[in-house]
Amino acid sequence: MPIHIIDRRLNPGGKSLENRQRFLRRAKSLVQGAVKKTSQERDIKDVLEGGEVTIPLDGMHEPRFRREGGTRDMVLPGNKKFIEGDYLQRSGQGSAKDSGPGEGDSEDAFRFVLSRDEFVDLFLDDLELPDLAKRKIAQTESEGIQRAGYTTSGSPANISVSRTVRLALARRIALKRPRKDEIEELEAAIAACTDEDEREVLLAQLEKLKAKTKRIPFIDPLDIRYRRFETVPKPVAQAVMFCLMDVSGSMSEHMKDLAKRFYMLLYVFLKRRYKHVEIVFIRHTDRAEEVDEQTFFYGPASGGTLVSSALQAMHEIVRERFSPADWNIYAAQASDGDNSYSDGELTGMLLTDKILPVCQFFAYLEVGESGGSAFDLSDSSLWSLYERLRNSGAPLSMRKVSERSEIFPVFHDLFQRRETVQEKAAP
Amino acid sequence: MTERLFEGADWDFHTLQRITDACETVALKDLGLDVYPNQIEVITAEQMLDAYSSVGMPLFYKHWSFGKQFAYHEASYRKGLMGLAYEIVINSSPCISYLMEENTATMQTLVIAHAAFGHNHFFKNNYLFKQWTDAEGILDYLDFAKNYVMQCEERYGRIEVERTLDAAHALMSHGIDRYPGKKTLDLRAEEKRAGRRRQHEEEVFNDLWRTVPAGKSKSRSALSVERRRKLLGLPQENLLYFLEKSAPRLAPWQRELLRIVRHIAQYFYPQSQTKVMNEGTATYVHYRIMTKLHQQGRITDGNFLEFLGSHTNVVFQPEFDDPRFSGFNPYALGFAVMQDIERIVTNPEDEDREWFPDIAGKGDVMGVLRDVWANYRDESFIGQFLSPKLMRHFRMFHLHDDPEERAGIRVDAIHDERGFRRVRRELARQHDVGFIDANIEVVDVDLSGDRRLILHHHVIKGSQLNETDAKRVLQHLADLWTYDVSLIEVDANDKVLREYVVSPRPIPAAVA
Repeated sequence: MPIHIIDRRLNPGGKSLENRQRFLRRAKSLVQGAVKKTSQERDIKDVLEGGEVTIPLDGMHEPRFRREGGTRDMVLPGNKKFIEGDYLQRSGQGSAKDSGPGEGDSEDAFRFVLSRDEFVDLFLDDLELPDLAKRKIAQTESEGIQRAGYTTSGSPANISVSRTVRLALARRIALKRPRKDEIEELEAAIAACTDEDEREVLLAQLEKLKAKTKRIPFIDPLDIRYRRFETVPKPVAQAVMFCLMDVSGSMSEHMKDLAKRFYMLLYVFLKRRYKHVEIVFIRHTDRAEEVDEQTFFYGPASGGTLVSSALQAMHEIVRERFSPADWNIYAAQASDGDNSYSDGELTGMLLTDKILPVCQFFAYLEVGESGGSAFDLSDSSLWSLYERLRNSGAPLSMRKVSERSEIFPVFHDLFQRRETVQEKAAP
Repeated sequence: MTERLFEGADWDFHTLQRITDACETVALKDLGLDVYPNQIEVITAEQMLDAYSSVGMPLFYKHWSFGKQFAYHEASYRKGLMGLAYEIVINSSPCISYLMEENTATMQTLVIAHAAFGHNHFFKNNYLFKQWTDAEGILDYLDFAKNYVMQCEERYGRIEVERTLDAAHALMSHGIDRYPGKKTLDLRAEEKRAGRRRQHEEEVFNDLWRTVPAGKSKSRSALSVERRRKLLGLPQENLLYFLEKSAPRLAPWQRELLRIVRHIAQYFYPQSQTKVMNEGTATYVHYRIMTKLHQQGRITDGNFLEFLGSHTNVVFQPEFDDPRFSGFNPYALGFAVMQDIERIVTNPEDEDREWFPDIAGKGDVMGVLRDVWANYRDESFIGQFLSPKLMRHFRMFHLHDDPEERAGIRVDAIHDERGFRRVRRELARQHDVGFIDANIEVVDVDLSGDRRLILHHHVIKGSQLNETDAKRVLQHLADLWTYDVSLIEVDANDKVLREYVVSPRPIPAAVA
């Protein structure tokens, strides 16, 4: 008997991918909820690594007729001391409950692993930068390919058959290439012809036609046309996001953690969603400095607080590098709200005169101590300043956060995809 | 001395060939097995997970529930909660066995003996498989099903197809003919017929007829209840079949989908009835083959010990108070009974002669076993061959749990002279699919009224349907039927215990 042994290991994998996508599509809202919940508990760096999520099984339940209850009989192995007629306590050693006939409702949650891409996609699914209005032709990597008529040279793959045939037809008509039925007609006439002389004439005529046919090819290399493509620069919305973080001494560890989480989310979101977004990190104490992301997230710093220094730095960077005519400018500021009293005026002035007019969107996040209810009672100096500005119509979004778990909802709230940006009134 | 099949744990494809040849010799010559041609495929862990999620079949139509399965298995596999099976075997001709690439040479030998010969023989010879499955046609039929579902999705939209399949899956356990019909299943012909049917419909379709005014309809009341039920083939316990044939407003492709799901359910029906026997057979066969190979000196003592280690794990039966206990292990029970039959046939005691006069001391072990494998299913197998000695060995006892009984759960019988027969009968009943699945059938359709479909659930031992699930399944059923559906739970005295009435959900878009 012949036996076939086949090595299937090299077969393409991912046979279940399609089913998996169907499953995710169906469970989208559930998975999305789970993703958001999971991301609150995790260290922000790990959020992007994908991983396990748990969704309630209920939404994905496949119902069957199942029986339950009633009298049950079961045969079990391992009798040690029972004899016929004994009674066992129900809630006792659980001897009976282990071997119920149905599956019961024990499987109420469903755990599975999402890949990194699946996770982040779901995580950032409905977010976008608001009001990405200024579009400009950018310098690089934004080229698209576009059809651009026909050309006489090119690769065989790009031959345009219809165009080639059309040209060939035009040429054949212009040069009066004999048609096939003309020749056939003539041949028929010759066959029918009885007169020897006339036959000669006709034959000569046929000869001439055939020669002409040969001379004028059906398709000439001249006719051949290729589809032409050209690369065109695509307009791309360029954007820059300024991240302004207060790292002064009044910020506790907890507050810094909240702020960093917020920026990490922002960073991930921008990197993932937008190819052409620059991110500028500015941290400030009583003076501000532009730093790289490593320093921004992990470098230690401490000192007094002058918010205006950060705004000043931002203003200078905008002036030097990001012309407001070409760039969509965004800023997100995180602070505990403390500012030197004397600085308030300057801060307000900088914001209204320099920063807000060039900004598409300015988000202010005030971080507080965990469980900080005192922080609801009196507004911080910065908060009240900004609130005043907002009430006078400045495009500011403001949120307060005091718990880790609030970070994502607030973030989501700030960058939610929306039809109109309500915070934004004309500056 | 014969040459060793392999040394150590490594193997290559030549090794597999040698192993298969050696197993085949033992299986066919010594054990007298009769098998389909074998096809052995080596696969990776990922491919094994793929196979898991499509009920073990190499190809299947696409549906989200398989994706769910896959996600679930993958998660538990990655966490190490679940080991993968060493093999999967498919009841087809040629009989395909999947081997995991991680297995050692000893494990590959075990798996080949187990699947390619043990299961294979059982598939080919057991009467249930002969009656209900078509090993030659199944792979082609699955291919047809896959393409058909795909075409339907293209033509009628993914959502519509998914809705129909969801409903069909919910009713799958009630889409089975339990009694042999007129002819055995021929899946190839089935596939051709589906094609022809569709073609015919397309050819004869004429929109004109839809608008022709109908003649005077026959007076419905003239139809007696008896006659009406007879026309509809009632009572009918195969719900999918009933819907496929009689649901008033299903499109032809929907009927075909129900048919596909029904055929697949039917294909798996014998497997659910022969778990103990099937695994028992395979385990017994691999045990015999491995022992023989060891006796012949073709595998080393070390490898044989490795085999015994895995074998012992496979046939381990925890006791009821063990935290690992989850019912009877079909491998353990099946293997034990078959070894016991071997003992009874070759070396019976007085007790065995009394209990098994037909086979005790008959001498021809394989003859008896082949007969058992061919002609029994789990219920009859246990009911017939579970010996008192084995009941004592497993220390079996029977519990009777009546919720009305205040004193607690009664020990009804134990492994003693008074209890043997009762314990055995009860264990056999536990393996009877007829008792496990709810007994639900279509009893009537209110044709003259609102076309309500009426089902009965005959409640056995007071065990009613889980309410949430029942409502959901009925919802699916009503969606297919497109009129109200009512399910009445009645006990043995026809007393109504509960009634469900479900109306179909409005269909968002018109269905063909």
